[in-house]
Amino acid sequence: MTEVLVKVGFLAIAALNGAIIFTIMDVKGASWMQRRPGPLHVGLRGFIFPLAEILKFVQKEDIIPTEVDRPVFKWAPAYVMVSCVALFAVVPMSPTLVVADLELGVFFALAISSLGTIGVLTAGWSSANKYSLMGGLRAAGQLIAYELPLILAVVGVVIQAETMSLVGIVEKQIEWGVPFVVGGQIVGFLIFMVAATAEMMRVPFDMPIGESELTMGFMTEYSGIRFLIFYISEYMNMFILCAIASTLFLGGYHVPLLPTEWVNFYGPVVLLTKTAILGFILVAIRWSQPRFREDQLQNLAWKILIPASLVNILVTAVMKVGF
Amino acid sequence: MVNALDPQNMNSFSEASVSVEIETEDMTLNIGPQHPSTHGVLRLVAKVDGEKVHDVKPVLGYMHRGYEKLAEVRSYPQITTLVNRIDWVAGFSNEIPFIAGAERLMEIEVPERAKHIRLILTEMARISSHFVFNGAYALEVGALTPIFYAMEDRERVLDLIESVTGGRFHPNFNRIGGVKPAAGAGPTSKKNIQDLPAGFYRDTKVAMEKVIQAADQFQNLIGGNEVFKKRTKNVGVLTAETAEAYGVSGPILRASGVKSDLRTQTDYLPYDQFDYDIPVGENGDCYDRWDVRVKEMVESAKIVLQAIDSMPSGPLQAKVPKVIKVPQGRTYVRAENPKGEMGYYIVSDGGLGPYRLKVRTASFSNVSILPIMLEGALLPDLIAIMGSLDFVLGDVDR
Repeated sequence: MTEVLVKVGFLAIAALNGAIIFTIMDVKGASWMQRRPGPLHVGLRGFIFPLAEILKFVQKEDIIPTEVDRPVFKWAPAYVMVSCVALFAVVPMSPTLVVADLELGVFFALAISSLGTIGVLTAGWSSANKYSLMGGLRAAGQLIAYELPLILAVVGVVIQAETMSLVGIVEKQIEWGVPFVVGGQIVGFLIFMVAATAEMMRVPFDMPIGESELTMGFMTEYSGIRFLIFYISEYMNMFILCAIASTLFLGGYHVPLLPTEWVNFYGPVVLLTKTAILGFILVAIRWSQPRFREDQLQNLAWKILIPASLVNILVTAVMKVGF
Repeated sequence: MVNALDPQNMNSFSEASVSVEIETEDMTLNIGPQHPSTHGVLRLVAKVDGEKVHDVKPVLGYMHRGYEKLAEVRSYPQITTLVNRIDWVAGFSNEIPFIAGAERLMEIEVPERAKHIRLILTEMARISSHFVFNGAYALEVGALTPIFYAMEDRERVLDLIESVTGGRFHPNFNRIGGVKPAAGAGPTSKKNIQDLPAGFYRDTKVAMEKVIQAADQFQNLIGGNEVFKKRTKNVGVLTAETAEAYGVSGPILRASGVKSDLRTQTDYLPYDQFDYDIPVGENGDCYDRWDVRVKEMVESAKIVLQAIDSMPSGPLQAKVPKVIKVPQGRTYVRAENPKGEMGYYIVSDGGLGPYRLKVRTASFSNVSILPIMLEGALLPDLIAIMGSLDFVLGDVDR
């Protein structure tokens, strides 16, 4: 019992901290690219900016409009957050430092990540706002469309590693000597990152939020702490999907040439560094790209990413059987 | 029991699945008056079927401030304060046609130096207006960064306008017969005519070089972006015939391929002394409308640089009576403003103020094209098309 509580506590704290680190990275990236003085100079060189942000949302009034479907409206943010935290359970920081080394780890991760869709869709539906509804429907269409390339990109890794356990996948990469991204899964990695960006609903795939079109999409009617939960979930999702990407494709907690017997010590640092590098790329994309249109987004998923990932699976399978 | 796998039944099954059609109802979506992309308080009542827009009706008047009526109870020098606020993004250029109209009725010849200063400040207002458009338009198609660059660059131009006139947005600088003595020029003395502030020429040259650089930067940063091209090319195509039929003017008309610019067609300011191009678009889509404005910024900067070099000396004011009374008569003066054609129809009964003032603003006519352009567009395109028209609600509603 205690062990379970410790594990759950670790999950919540680690995921939250990851989200805060990514928030700092995002605002710092923004202020660096946009020459904004706020997050660069104010308050310990801008590092307590997320704290101020969180306190601001906590002390704001949580307004619930009269016309909304109250229980659904209230619970929608929780779905999104739970799916993010649960996702983190299977990410290994080192061979032993992992909450649950499931045999079907990849399967679990992909199944849980689609749970957040329910939260987004119910938030859009229950808000009794046309903008929210359109945002929710856009989100549903987008998340369903990009779930497929995300899964199909991972299938290549699973074929190559011959296991679905995330620890097993990392061990396989250590055994190979190079991460999978070098060892033949470069296309899979790119597809995974594009699909993951769409899953996180970040620029250039942020149509469900699209503040210039749908004001704030499915979040329009949320305020105070519930908005904060959505806000943090976005960064948590970003952190965890980047962590999964580095585990699957970039060798996880290990870098080539480092001694494997010390992996328990440097493992978390290595994983976090890789995650942060991927996160920084997403931040840079966010602050430099406009938004796609809804139909262009769907075209990208169904006409380019899914065929490409199928070809990727085919090539991987042929290589696996042939050599 | 029907066997679905029986080839005889296959045909009827496929037909059944094809003939199912869901009946849907159009949803009425109120875009505005409070909406981040409507540039203030424009309201669009849109009938949408999912993402597709079927019908759009713009609802105006939320910003109506009654300037035409207010002008009737004010004297001519007081009215410049009012008209400043019509298109607040380019405050200075609103004053010019009104003052020029009053001067034409009074038959005053404005000194060349005053005309040059007016011209410089009008072009600066155009540049600052186009900077705002650049940033805001990028924001509307989803790019969050360019607005910070645009605002920073615009500030340089606004600083110059402020150093001369004392106001960033609402200069209230024109006087009948010339311009007000410059704000930064020091104390009044009869022998020492107040003029442009010290260092103005130097600062302007630096700032205009920066504007040309900034326009170049925008061409790379925004115009070279693949996503931006995808969002704007062949979106919201406006043909020259439709544009002319609806009284559309300014950069929107030029983007549709019509080389129409009042700066060359009328003589309200001495534009004929300078050498500049009129950028014209080819397809009349959102990208062209954006492109024409960026190129116009460069041309405006070139005009300012030439005007600085050829600045004549002389007085800032023509001789005018102490109490300004405009003789009986009527006149219409139009000017090329950043948003398009702006005109004032002044009817004077010989009193201290106009008997009637009719303001023709560019944005009002430009917005009238929205229902035509938005029919059948997608919702994200609606925002992109609306943004490319670059209207200001003060200019629409007055």
